[in-house]
Amino acid sequence: MSVLIYTDSSNGALTKNAFEAANYGGQLAKAAGTDAIAVVTGTASGLEELGKYGISKVLHVADASLDNFDPQKIAHVVATAASETSADTIVFAHDYTGKSVAPRLSAKLDAGLVTGAIALPIGNVVKKAVFSGKAFAEIEITTATKIISVLPNSLDKVETGGSASVETFAVEIPSTGITVKEIKKESTELSLTEADIVVSAGRGLKGPENWGMVEELAKELGAATACSRPVADIGWRPHHEHVGQTGLAIRPNLYIAAGISGAIQHLAGVNGSKVIVVINTDPEAPFFKAADYGIVGDAFEVLPKMIEAIKNL
Amino acid sequence: MKILVCISKAPDTTAKIAFTEGDTKFDEAGVQFIVNPYDEWYALVRGIELKEANGGSVTVVNVGGADSDPIIRKALAIGADDAVRIEAETTDALYVAKQIANYAKEHGFDMVLSGKETIDYNGSQVGGMVAELMNIPYVSLASKLELNGNTATIEREVEGGVEVVEVNTPFVISAAKGMAEARIPNMRGIMAARSKPLTVVPATEASTSTTIKGFTLPPAKSGCKYVDTAEELVALLRNEAKAI
Repeated sequence: MSVLIYTDSSNGALTKNAFEAANYGGQLAKAAGTDAIAVVTGTASGLEELGKYGISKVLHVADASLDNFDPQKIAHVVATAASETSADTIVFAHDYTGKSVAPRLSAKLDAGLVTGAIALPIGNVVKKAVFSGKAFAEIEITTATKIISVLPNSLDKVETGGSASVETFAVEIPSTGITVKEIKKESTELSLTEADIVVSAGRGLKGPENWGMVEELAKELGAATACSRPVADIGWRPHHEHVGQTGLAIRPNLYIAAGISGAIQHLAGVNGSKVIVVINTDPEAPFFKAADYGIVGDAFEVLPKMIEAIKNL
Repeated sequence: MKILVCISKAPDTTAKIAFTEGDTKFDEAGVQFIVNPYDEWYALVRGIELKEANGGSVTVVNVGGADSDPIIRKALAIGADDAVRIEAETTDALYVAKQIANYAKEHGFDMVLSGKETIDYNGSQVGGMVAELMNIPYVSLASKLELNGNTATIEREVEGGVEVVEVNTPFVISAAKGMAEARIPNMRGIMAARSKPLTVVPATEASTSTTIKGFTLPPAKSGCKYVDTAEELVALLRNEAKAI
């Protein structure tokens, strides 16, 4: 018996979410008194670092054909590793990669899957957010092999200070029908779903030319920038910044919203944030009901003063 | 081009979320149900656009009871040619995926489109499971799909950007924002939908793998702490919330 964790190394190095998955799997294995073993596909270095989160062994499938994303191949590799390590629980991060691979693996192994777990399982019962963050469900996995994908930023990190042994793991890779033609990174900025702090703004900013203060505040805080749906739809900001029901769902430690009224669809994308700050001229804005801190005031006055105050910290 | 679009029934985005039967069932009383937005706005509409450009047909499939029929008629009104409802009580994603995969294998489709997730269980599971059960490629979170003969060029969301992939039919995708613009059914579509075929087929035997034990509502926010100045806010974020 063991816990197997898929740790993503999309860009040649372990992603932040890979450590989220490792942390979850490490704690789970410790509680169950079993080993936490990670599996990594494609070119990657620094894998022994996974030991920090309780991973004892890393199986590295260094086949270059796995550098390009292909969920069919990765599911095959993880299934092979699961059989090799007699894993009864397999952990992913609930991110772009996890969303592509975990369902395939679930069907392949006929193993129950819960996506977006926000806590360690109690017995076989896993808690996750449902109805776009408006409720939680406790779901029991009834199959012998269990697959769980963890929502990033849900579980506090527990460092054990260990170092993982890295072994080369050979798997015959099946041929599949997907060819990656191009990867277009729209920005080199901090990725929204991985950011600890997000500064977001909406129509209250009146025009795209006024985003300088949003970006400056984000820069001072080491934060990513986001926006509401109307702002992305009218082209003031790029679509990949849109958070909400139809855009990205994020759960940073701190979410600062300026000039966003807080429609239910927007809240659905941000209600997992730990601390929410709302700045709005309208005291009746629904967003204040979901906020931890609020300023009824004009973003044009409040944001520059916040920047000033942060510089003086 | 034979296109299959998976649609799910979901509570309206503004529906009140409450539970019954000892907090083990979603309380449907007074709730308006809709086609899951990602299935409708992105998967279905793109499927119809591809049919309009390349010929072929769009079939919608739903796994559910007769209470799904109104949302299936809506999909037909938007422009699907026919519909099939697999008669079953939906239990978990893997069960639903097995039903859809069995139907798709039996009838042969060039592509299967679904939304990126449902807005009720937010699972993001069925598409990938169907692909694995059919042993064909799956492209998740697709924001663009262009077809050239039997080859599709698809953009999918990745961390901080998009990835462009090429795949031959048959394949499965889950559709995200950008794929298409929502369509509002017109009166002619609504009238035509009444006479379009909606076939009900029995479910195939399949096991389930998960059970919902209960639901809880998030604890109410303790209330917003209003502050007057930016300086005060920054101090609270540093010293009280310890967020900066």
